[in-house]
Amino acid sequence: MTPKQRNTLIVSGMGFALVLPFIVSNPSHQNYLILVLMFAQIGVAWNILGGYVGQVSLGHVAFFGIGAYTSTVLLVSVGLSPWIGMLIGGVVAAFFGLLIGWICFRFKGHYFTMATIAVAEILQVLFTNWEGVGGAVGLYVPLDQQGWWAMVFNSKLPYYYIALGLFTVTLLANWAIEKSFLGYYFRAIKDDPEAARSLGVSLTDYKLVAIAISSFFAALGGSFYAQKELFIDPGSVLVTSLSIKMSLVTILGGIGSLFGPLVGSVLLTGIEEATRQILGGSGMGIDLIIYATIIIAVAIYYPTGILGWAKRFLRRGKKAEDGA
Amino acid sequence: MNWDILLQTLLSGILIGMVYALVAVGLSIIYGVMEIVNFAHGEFLMFGMYSSFWLFTLFALDPLLTLPLSALFLFALGALVYRFTIKRIASAPMVSQIFATFGLMILFRGVAQFLWKPDFRTVENSLVSGNIVVSGLYFGIPHLVAAVGAVLATGGVWWFINRTRLGAALEATAQDKEAAQLMGIPSHWMFALAWGLGAACAGVAGVLLSTFFPIFPEVGATFSLIAFVVVALGGFGNVTGAFWAGIIVGVVEVLGGFLIGPEYKLAIVLTLFLLVIIVRPQGLMGRAE
Repeated sequence: MTPKQRNTLIVSGMGFALVLPFIVSNPSHQNYLILVLMFAQIGVAWNILGGYVGQVSLGHVAFFGIGAYTSTVLLVSVGLSPWIGMLIGGVVAAFFGLLIGWICFRFKGHYFTMATIAVAEILQVLFTNWEGVGGAVGLYVPLDQQGWWAMVFNSKLPYYYIALGLFTVTLLANWAIEKSFLGYYFRAIKDDPEAARSLGVSLTDYKLVAIAISSFFAALGGSFYAQKELFIDPGSVLVTSLSIKMSLVTILGGIGSLFGPLVGSVLLTGIEEATRQILGGSGMGIDLIIYATIIIAVAIYYPTGILGWAKRFLRRGKKAEDGA
Repeated sequence: MNWDILLQTLLSGILIGMVYALVAVGLSIIYGVMEIVNFAHGEFLMFGMYSSFWLFTLFALDPLLTLPLSALFLFALGALVYRFTIKRIASAPMVSQIFATFGLMILFRGVAQFLWKPDFRTVENSLVSGNIVVSGLYFGIPHLVAAVGAVLATGGVWWFINRTRLGAALEATAQDKEAAQLMGIPSHWMFALAWGLGAACAGVAGVLLSTFFPIFPEVGATFSLIAFVVVALGGFGNVTGAFWAGIIVGVVEVLGGFLIGPEYKLAIVLTLFLLVIIVRPQGLMGRAE
């Protein structure tokens, strides 16, 4: 793909995304689109640390939850607009990310992953028993004020555009990182840590930069989730299954690539919604089995995700053409 | 403070810690040989519990009697898991390895939910039930039997690894699989053995727990996390280390629950894990590399 083709694709994609909710007017389908964008957004956030730097965190829900709780608590207690609460939540999560990084980057590989799970699980226990933030009961977003300032709406449409906006901002941040010196350092740390170190790249410092950025954006997603669902509790915004989902959309779509999380989210959220509608709410375990089969199949057969597979497929096609 | 209660708590921590040690030994063997963390480890334990439950409910066979059968079943399951999934990602990037075993975890939970519903189940009136009182201290007989069984199983694994030729071959593969391969030790068989043995350890622990612990599809989650902590504490691939670390974790969990509140048990254990990472990344009993 030439840069020109790429730009055309992105611009037309953006235009398509802007008019899409007018084509799809069914509220439950609109809800699906919102979920796709939301998981794509936190997937992009996860990708900054997991995909580019290669530090696989499965505790990222901690940052998502911090975002959700910070904005909601500020809204409930002092009536602060979620827009500001969202940014504060992002900053809090970024600092928390630095702390977690300081602890967990001592471990490499698999054990880093386990340490991040431990952090998220601790947070879930603490929030479940912290009466000040609703404890196990959870928190409701007050409905007395509606509109843009309060980020509470009757229709799905505004949520769609907020999700699209958040996704775009996160994607642009990711793109800027990819193009800047940070992108090169991140990939150097992932591909060959020893070489990066010998060139004077401080591994821990840049991993910390990555986790702070990644946590910030994951927290924005959390605040958005709280406003969309109008209710949060530890069982919904601090569960490990959410950590798995944000990493899985990325891996399914293409880890370490800009649009991987979007592609993965379209597919995974679609599969989830479809199984939920066909099998009903509980799913009786079949939904889990389908989900798990996808994870295992991707891990074994398509480690580069759909985008990686498509790229190889296109290249092969081109080679055949050239040969003919 | 009531010293009797404290002593009682301490002892129950030691007893459950011995079971944790057995679960962790299984995890540790797999990690030691392949450097892959099995995130589905607690699910092996869950299958051990269900196998014991069904043999008891359908055929009235006591968990203690069916223990060897369950161990065999889990050994086979572990080896099959290796053959059909892990073997293919043995030299894949770390992300693939993590997600393969994570996928297995979700798959096993899904299968359990599908086959046996998400209900809580219990094994009632098995051979081991009731309490005994020794100088004012109460011991649940199931807990006592589970602890003794776990120690015996852990001892058996230690003996196997340190005193048999096959165990030595496993250890050799863990240390240097290329060199071991050159000495005529087939790596793939050793990997399969490690997975079989690891799953069997978790399965036996599951059977031992089944006489006094509720059985449900997600029961493995907590045990996985605890096993990770024990392995981190005891040093990787170290059976003796895992044994003592298991007891430490059991005591910390129960004592912490007693002093701070039972709802914080898991958080306390996981905090211990993070503290160990900060202070001694190689584990309490591990050697620095």
